[in-house]
Amino acid sequence: MPHEVLKIDGLTKLRSGRPVLRDVSLSVAAGERVALLGHNGAGKSTLIKIALGLLSPDGGSVRVAGAVPGSGPARLATAFLPEAVSFHGALTGREQLSLLARLAGTGTGPVAGLLERVGLADAADRRIRTYSKGMRQRLGLAQVMLGKPAVALLDEPTSGLDPISRQDLYAIIDELAAQGTAVLIASHALTEVEARTDRIAILRQGELVANDTLRNLSRRAGLPTRLRIVVRGGLADQMAAETGGTRVNGASVDVECGPDTKMEALRRFASMPDRVEDIEMTPPGLEDLYRHFAQEGKQ
Amino acid sequence: MTARVLAVARSEMTILLRNRWLFLATLIMVLFALALTFAGSAPTGSLGADRLLVSVASMTTLSVYLAPLLALMMSFDAIAGDSERGTLALLLSYPAGRGEILLGKYLAQLAALAFALTVGFGLAGAAAGLTGGTSPESLAALLRLIGTSILLGGVFLAFGHFLSALAGSPAAAAGAAAALWLVFVVLYDLGLLGAVVLDSGGVFTTTFFPWVMVANPADAFRLWNVAASEGVAMTTGMTGVAGSLPAWAAPLSIVLWLGITFGLAWAAFRRLEP
Repeated sequence: MPHEVLKIDGLTKLRSGRPVLRDVSLSVAAGERVALLGHNGAGKSTLIKIALGLLSPDGGSVRVAGAVPGSGPARLATAFLPEAVSFHGALTGREQLSLLARLAGTGTGPVAGLLERVGLADAADRRIRTYSKGMRQRLGLAQVMLGKPAVALLDEPTSGLDPISRQDLYAIIDELAAQGTAVLIASHALTEVEARTDRIAILRQGELVANDTLRNLSRRAGLPTRLRIVVRGGLADQMAAETGGTRVNGASVDVECGPDTKMEALRRFASMPDRVEDIEMTPPGLEDLYRHFAQEGKQ
Repeated sequence: MTARVLAVARSEMTILLRNRWLFLATLIMVLFALALTFAGSAPTGSLGADRLLVSVASMTTLSVYLAPLLALMMSFDAIAGDSERGTLALLLSYPAGRGEILLGKYLAQLAALAFALTVGFGLAGAAAGLTGGTSPESLAALLRLIGTSILLGGVFLAFGHFLSALAGSPAAAAGAAAALWLVFVVLYDLGLLGAVVLDSGGVFTTTFFPWVMVANPADAFRLWNVAASEGVAMTTGMTGVAGSLPAWAAPLSIVLWLGITFGLAWAAFRRLEP
């Protein structure tokens, strides 16, 4: 039984009478990486602020490393990356990180190494005003790694990062998890978290509608694979009528098939060389899963 | 506790140095103090006071306007700016209490303000003393001016933090700071003046007026300097009001205001949700 460092139980938060979080229970164990997905306004940031002790819950309980959020031990155990943090432009990266290191009580010893780790060694003594958005985000990441936190709460960590920086970001998240940090990543950028997290939790309008591994969620949702059939010679309408698919443009038809009928459908289309020019197959991705769980029961 | 306060203060001081605030504040103080000292040196002979004393009297009036202004300009961004940049939520997630963050910023800004005031008044005072002579009384008046100006600045620094924590954005905080300065430094006195004119020597003027006046920290600062030195009182023409109040009234007012404004700033910051 892994040690649950972040433990949220029946959390409820009201804002001017309306619930923004409703009975949310979610735990993250040491070394686990959990993605918290949801639309803007689904309650992700509110949940993180409660876990930081910046907001107080209206019901339920939250424990960070066994302590009440906002208490001394909880703050020592928690690292936080705010969404789109920009820092004071007049300070250098080294000065900003040194301030935070002093506040964290680690001293300025690890500062140079961390700046190096996030690729800011050359820019360390330049003012943050001259940094790009991605560099500021890296500086934000550097402070997450100060003092080996027990819990890391990352709010939209990939926003503003280029693809290479995203790779680096996930390498850093893996490193944190490997040293035993429980990592919670709030995001609406779905594609990147797909392969890099152990578990996925989805918030919809303040309610937790899914909380499982990607594989289990896929199985539960039973989402279809989409086949896009590129049809020869303007026969798209006819093909759509025959297969029950939907015509996307003059030459293509989309057919959806469940896990059990996929192979059969592929064989069928493959045996029509005179009419089918190409077949593209799209398995259900996180995007579809997310849409499924975020919409489910909405009507 | 102190290590974290010092860390915040150190960072804030770096910012004040970087964005040239310390330099600008000092430059403004030096220029105005020197200009007033030499422009105000003409009536020296007729009053029998040395030039330094006359200079201190002019600089007292200057400080009523400038010390609160510089203090508010240094402090209005302190909390609202961090909040807008997203750094406030980050700072508050660290093991530093809100009191420690507030105190650290306050101390750095107070030190910068004290530096600007000391250099400005000190240089102008030295120039006046070298060209027009000094006396123990005028030297004491100069030291008192510097000390009380720092206290007055301290009151308005805390006011600035209060507004900064209360306002949602740096722009709103700046606007509120300008309004506050106008009320305390300009409009309050104008209102009092109007009341005295309307009252024309009645009960308000003789009994309440001095107390209403001393209730404003800016006026309390003025009265404190005037009451403590006969020469300054003579050259500013405020002997009447200063004489009708007990000596403790003005210092008490400033000290109370320091407590009130710091309390307000702390209460507003504590309730702030980043």
